[in-house]
Amino acid sequence: MAYLDHAATTPMLPEAIEAMTAHLAVTGNASSLHAAGRRARRTVEEGRETLAAALGARPSEVVLTSGGTEADNLAVKGLYWARRDADPRRTRVLASPVEHHAVLDAVDWLATHEGADVEYLPVDRYGRVHPEALREAIARDPGSVALATVMWANNEIGTVMPVRELADVAAEFDVPLHADAVQAVGQVPVDFASSGLAAMTVSGHKIGGPYGIGALLLGREYTPVPVLHGGGQERHVRSGTLDVPAVAAFAVAARLATERREEFAREVGALRDELVTAVRTVVPDAILGGDPVERLPANAHFTFPGCEGDSLLLLLDAAGIACSTGSACTAGIAQPSHVLLATGTDPDLARGTLRFSLGHTSTAEDVAAVTEAIGPAVERARTAGLS
Amino acid sequence: MTQTPPQRPLRVLAAMSGGVDSAVAAARAAEAGHDVTGVHLALSANPQSFRTGARGCCTIEDSRDARRAADVIGIPFYVWDLAERFREDVVDDFVAEYEAGRTPNPCLRCNEKIKFAALLDKALALGFDAVCTGHYATVVLNDDGTRELHRASDMAKDQSYVLGVLDEKQLAHAMFPLGDTLTTKDEIRAEAERRGLAVAKKPDSHDICFIADGDTQGFLASRLGKAEGDIVDESGTKVGSHEGAYGFTIGQRKGLRIGHPAADGKPRYVLDISPVNNTVTVGPVEALDVTALTAIKPRWCGTAPEGPGRYTAQLRAHGGETEVTAALVDGGLTVTFDEPVRGVAPGQAIVLYDGTRVVGSATIATTTRRTTEPTPA
Repeated sequence: MAYLDHAATTPMLPEAIEAMTAHLAVTGNASSLHAAGRRARRTVEEGRETLAAALGARPSEVVLTSGGTEADNLAVKGLYWARRDADPRRTRVLASPVEHHAVLDAVDWLATHEGADVEYLPVDRYGRVHPEALREAIARDPGSVALATVMWANNEIGTVMPVRELADVAAEFDVPLHADAVQAVGQVPVDFASSGLAAMTVSGHKIGGPYGIGALLLGREYTPVPVLHGGGQERHVRSGTLDVPAVAAFAVAARLATERREEFAREVGALRDELVTAVRTVVPDAILGGDPVERLPANAHFTFPGCEGDSLLLLLDAAGIACSTGSACTAGIAQPSHVLLATGTDPDLARGTLRFSLGHTSTAEDVAAVTEAIGPAVERARTAGLS
Repeated sequence: MTQTPPQRPLRVLAAMSGGVDSAVAAARAAEAGHDVTGVHLALSANPQSFRTGARGCCTIEDSRDARRAADVIGIPFYVWDLAERFREDVVDDFVAEYEAGRTPNPCLRCNEKIKFAALLDKALALGFDAVCTGHYATVVLNDDGTRELHRASDMAKDQSYVLGVLDEKQLAHAMFPLGDTLTTKDEIRAEAERRGLAVAKKPDSHDICFIADGDTQGFLASRLGKAEGDIVDESGTKVGSHEGAYGFTIGQRKGLRIGHPAADGKPRYVLDISPVNNTVTVGPVEALDVTALTAIKPRWCGTAPEGPGRYTAQLRAHGGETEVTAALVDGGLTVTFDEPVRGVAPGQAIVLYDGTRVVGSATIATTTRRTTEPTPA
């Protein structure tokens, strides 16, 4: 099988599996005061330090969560509530329209239930938010902005945002900027301290760590209102007993992802370029989505005119190739991708998308499999047409 | 004449509603060695989250049940959005037919236009050989390569009526693995249980899938608006009023809300619906007796019969058989019943059988009533 859906989830690194299994048999609640608790806490805190070092943050800035979705919710809702509580005029939420649903739906919820005025920032045809667009939006009424949220790199089309420049603009107005960096870690340089961000989401299973763990890197001056209340773990911002083995494995994965980033970008990037060239040779009218240069090295996103992405997915799946349409699903019903629609893509065209995302286990054979299968699949899918 | 054996493995697309029949059908197709892929048709643009009782079939829960069944069978599974086609070809047609005073059968329409047209066409284009469903009917392959549609082995479960609209080309790509089942529904459920399918205990769906609450009148009223008009008896005397003639079906007795009883004190039934002057005519049950009918848009399963012939006819999904003489006249069908039948409404499908073989179907256009003798008071 050619697994080309690493942006959905990537295999755990052997080192992470080793760290995780080593701790699974050890008992201890990291909040307990006895020896077993201390041992667990030591593992957690060492993991936190490793994560902080890998991501350019201080250990106290690492708030462990159950994953990217929770970290996004904590950042968006928690910062909104805290900022609005401090000043009731702050009801504006500025968001890019190409965010992951974990951000987009949290923002929508704030609009529906918490009186937030949500403004979607304009993006260019590659889905990028320009710093001037953010400046214009904030400057209209700086005192009313609760927070801004713009992802570091897009999960569907792979475009990398100018995070540093966006954070500079936000900082000028003292507006906290959150970035979902789930797809960026391990692929492009991610350094929390120098990014200027107030908060940043990372996830374990996208970088070779386990499922069910992530973190919100959170500047020490920010105290979001918790989404989960309870025992007061994680700076009283995120309660819940910590998953010790998962923290240990997540830390190992983050360290290795950062250490191996340049090599990954070079090698996987070269494979990705081969894939793009091959697909365009076989299907000359395939359109490469996202920024051709400022993009994730492992992402290849295509639009195939006249095809239904679902048809292509089925045909490639039958040929042993795992990829994604990259679009949102409601009970498995494909909708045209909100990311593509935001970039101004025609809705019919937006139905014919496929995302190939490579990773640390990708090989030239995977690319060869796509090269062989994509032509006949596109031909068939075109015959089937758009239903 | 031989039963269709799986001579070679086919690439089969199994339509999976989330119910027990289609799940067992897909499992049997896979067990027979075919390369099966499951697909759930999303037919509603705004699916409800959960099913309520035995109604409807297009909820998100049904989609999940179908996916779970596919996972257990071990076949790939996808959801295809055919909501737009379904709305245009089935729902809008359903509303328009009622508006015109006729009584449509949306299940036949769905089989003709969606399952064995939109779905089949897409399946064939994508390289599949056949579409498999959980219908109880039998496809027979003749020695000369032609195919016939027959009633299911168990007449009590037979669903060939709703498949009567399929032509031979559609039939050539249809697979009904439950057709030769001689077991009861309980045994199908037991089979599902044995196969580890969680849908084994799920209630059957009965009503019209796109009217989740079962309130057809309310559904039509929301689409067509209220249009008050008269209910009259056979002499034309007003006996009541209604809020839209489209809400009635010929043969209907309940829900007429006629204040005072008929002169003879007997119950009254809907005899005619006139959308032109928005009038509903009621009368005694005897006046419903139909001796002949004409039907349009015939569809033949195989070659069209020549000249008048003797057939058995079925007029409703769960109706009985009745002996008829039928002939093709000017591209339409004229049918004479040996014995008068009741409750025949324009818009319904008549399916003709030769023994267990489906000969074809047509949509009822007009009926001829038996001249009734005045009933003594």
